[in-house]
Amino acid sequence: MRRLSAIALLTLAALSRPAAAIDAAVVEKLAFGESDEKVAAIAALVASGDEQALPLLQALADGSVQAAGKRVLIVAGDEGRDVVSGERVRPLPEDREDIVLNNRLRREIDSALGALKLVSPDRATRLKAAGALEDGADAAVLPLVKKALGRETDPKVKRLLEQIAASIEVKSDDAAVRLAAVRTLGQSGNPNNKTLLLSLLAKKDDGVDDETRVTAEQSLRAVEGRLAWGERLGLAFAGVSLGSILLLAALGLAITYGLMGVINMAHGELIMIGAYATYMVQNLFRSHAPGAFDWYLACAAPAAFVASALVGMALERTVIRWLYGRPLETLLATWGISLMLIQGVRTVFGAANVQVENPVWMSGGVEVLANVVLPWSRIVIVFFAGAVLAGMWLLLTRTRLGLFVRGVTQNRAMAACVGVPTARVDTWAFGLGSGIAGLAGCALSQIGNVGPDLGQSYIVDSFMVVVLGGVGQLAGTVYAALGLGFANKLLESWQGAVLAKIAVLVFIVIFIQKRPQGLFALKGRSMEA
Amino acid sequence: MGPITSLMSRLYGTRGWAVLAAAAFVLFVVFPLLNLAVPASSPFHVSAYWVTLVGKIMCYAIVALAMDLIWGYAGILSLGHGLFFALGGYAFGMYLMRQIGADGQYRVNMPDFMVFLDWKEFPWQWWNSDQFWWCALLVVLVPGLLAFVFGYFAFRSRVKGVYFSIITQALTYAAMLLFFRNATGFGGNNGFTDFKRILGIPITTPGTRMALFATTGLVLIAALLLARFIVTSKFGRVLAAIRDAEQRVMFCGYDTAHYKLFIWTLSAVLCGIAGALYVPQVGIINPGEMSPANSIEIAIWVAVGGRGTLVGAIAGAGIVNGAKSFLTQMFPEFWLYFLGLLFILVTLFLPQGVVGLWNRLTARRKPV
Repeated sequence: MRRLSAIALLTLAALSRPAAAIDAAVVEKLAFGESDEKVAAIAALVASGDEQALPLLQALADGSVQAAGKRVLIVAGDEGRDVVSGERVRPLPEDREDIVLNNRLRREIDSALGALKLVSPDRATRLKAAGALEDGADAAVLPLVKKALGRETDPKVKRLLEQIAASIEVKSDDAAVRLAAVRTLGQSGNPNNKTLLLSLLAKKDDGVDDETRVTAEQSLRAVEGRLAWGERLGLAFAGVSLGSILLLAALGLAITYGLMGVINMAHGELIMIGAYATYMVQNLFRSHAPGAFDWYLACAAPAAFVASALVGMALERTVIRWLYGRPLETLLATWGISLMLIQGVRTVFGAANVQVENPVWMSGGVEVLANVVLPWSRIVIVFFAGAVLAGMWLLLTRTRLGLFVRGVTQNRAMAACVGVPTARVDTWAFGLGSGIAGLAGCALSQIGNVGPDLGQSYIVDSFMVVVLGGVGQLAGTVYAALGLGFANKLLESWQGAVLAKIAVLVFIVIFIQKRPQGLFALKGRSMEA
Repeated sequence: MGPITSLMSRLYGTRGWAVLAAAAFVLFVVFPLLNLAVPASSPFHVSAYWVTLVGKIMCYAIVALAMDLIWGYAGILSLGHGLFFALGGYAFGMYLMRQIGADGQYRVNMPDFMVFLDWKEFPWQWWNSDQFWWCALLVVLVPGLLAFVFGYFAFRSRVKGVYFSIITQALTYAAMLLFFRNATGFGGNNGFTDFKRILGIPITTPGTRMALFATTGLVLIAALLLARFIVTSKFGRVLAAIRDAEQRVMFCGYDTAHYKLFIWTLSAVLCGIAGALYVPQVGIINPGEMSPANSIEIAIWVAVGGRGTLVGAIAGAGIVNGAKSFLTQMFPEFWLYFLGLLFILVTLFLPQGVVGLWNRLTARRKPV
């Protein structure tokens, strides 16, 4: 606490003084002095406000500062830079020694760095430093925050700094300062502000006047309102996200089961194969084209499609073809296939999960509100699911293959009579469904674990989606996936994940009893639905 | 011919009864003698491992019979029979847990997991669970009632074929998730284990083990005769007709839902009883038994043995589980390949199972 305030004061002093070059005496103390002298030197560096102070302290924290004789160097690779004179030193002298830090100095440097970053010329650095202080700033940094606020031009950083200042000032004993702080706190949706305001309101007889109290209650309501909206928004997004994942997992099944009537219990394993194909493409990129690593997904998605489609077509040719019209036997045989695929992957890749890394542009997220961050990977998957759906729709309604598939689905015998090669259409259609499962695997590899059991966790869900939506209905599949996603997340926020899942399953079981043909049944008079 | 002899001749021919008697002789005389009377050093001694293994497989055989009744004779493939099996096991497991008394790790008259969760009294599910008769009743009632209610709605709304299979799978999946929760009150992940005694008698002594073994054998034979009685009756004929052409049966004036509901509930009850016999012999029950994979495996026992033949179901359970305990010990990494291949080959090439294969081979040798 005292340390922080000392640094804050020194920094204040530094801000009011014109920037000077790094003092050689200070550097000498920093490099060769006793522990206490080093602490003083760090404080002096902060006080100097020099633009060089930040990189020097950062280098010190990273352990890349070395002493060679009397010179102090920041070493990067095979060259160094003299801290005092700024000249480049190359080649590096032989007799270098690391400047070793103890824990106390490390802490000093960390807080010095934090404080210095608030006044850094780089906006991103300032934003980050302010963000770090947002969740609980110490009273000691208030003067520094105020000073930084005075210089700040960027509206976003400024708002953050105002919030930080207010979160400190709300504890002040000065009624006017406190009132202003309470007002400011009401302008944000940060969950911390709620705690602060609540603790202020909880003070009974601490000389909190009525006006402050009323304002605090208004502010609290405002904050809570924003928080509630944030939660609703987060929930809605989680629902859409889960829905899009279910949709991806179920779209392939909508073709193989929905259109062709094949109960493919190995569908989950086709998803898994897609995920492993993504893993292999990722490894290829890492070893052969590390520069293009960020774009490996552009290759991985087609690779996943092709890998799963080929496996699917092979399965159709060798096993499933002989079981058309015997759904229960198909179910058992494809279950056997799924067991063999799982064990096969275990043999080849090992039983443990493999690492699939997100490209840089997919990590992180968009902060919509203070308590809502939407991860990029999930956003991308929502759009990816939409794109796959659109592609599949186009394929089924606008191409010759799609026409054939629909024809064979509606009336196999008649389609054969007019010259549709039904057997080949079956193979292609099954390959298409399997390939889409592969795309799902590629997407899932970006947000979850990739292991041999990956598919098992999706098989029940994807069957639920297809059955609920109504067999043979793409639109039904979409509605069912989104509906289940929302229902699941809504129940989850209310009763926890496991009970939500159970409730959804029980709901589907009951629903199918009521409407055995699903949400969107084709109207017909046949007794055999 | 008296009514009993006519019934006996309806169930099996002379050869059938002879085989059954021989099997009973092996189970109830040879096995116990070799296990209890022959010293462990003798090569003819049957070890406790084998008693447990055969006992376990007989429990599975009862399940396979139940599955065959519903799938082989009524054409309804259930992917949730593991649930009924596990429910029976849990119902009886509650009694076994209460029999531990104060001998658990915490020396309190309460199952360890409850002490661990800091529960002060038994939740409502455990009411009266220290009474053998009550738990034995639950073994029949819980799977039976669940199957009855589920089947009533499913068959009334004419859910059939693959739809039925998938919702039974969803049912057992949901139940598994439910039982994984600690709050459900059945030990969560770990389920029940560490049983000490049954009816006050220590559970691991050779005598108790053999008694459980013999009971299981008795129940298996009784279940076989009951199933045979059903499938040779008029009721069984209607069931087979439903399997082959349900609509025609409906148009003949039969309410097929009633037939299916009866056999479905009976099948679930048989599974529950098998589960109750399984738990004291194997010494553990956990929610893993309810996993969809386990239930599908039951179907493959029946398919391997031969659907629609009761002996086939028993043989299938024996073959697959025998292979399983052999392979998982010798070549653990090959077991899933073998099982997967079994699923594929049996459905593609052996639609009648090994019994069908046997019949084909013997028929070829005998000229008509």
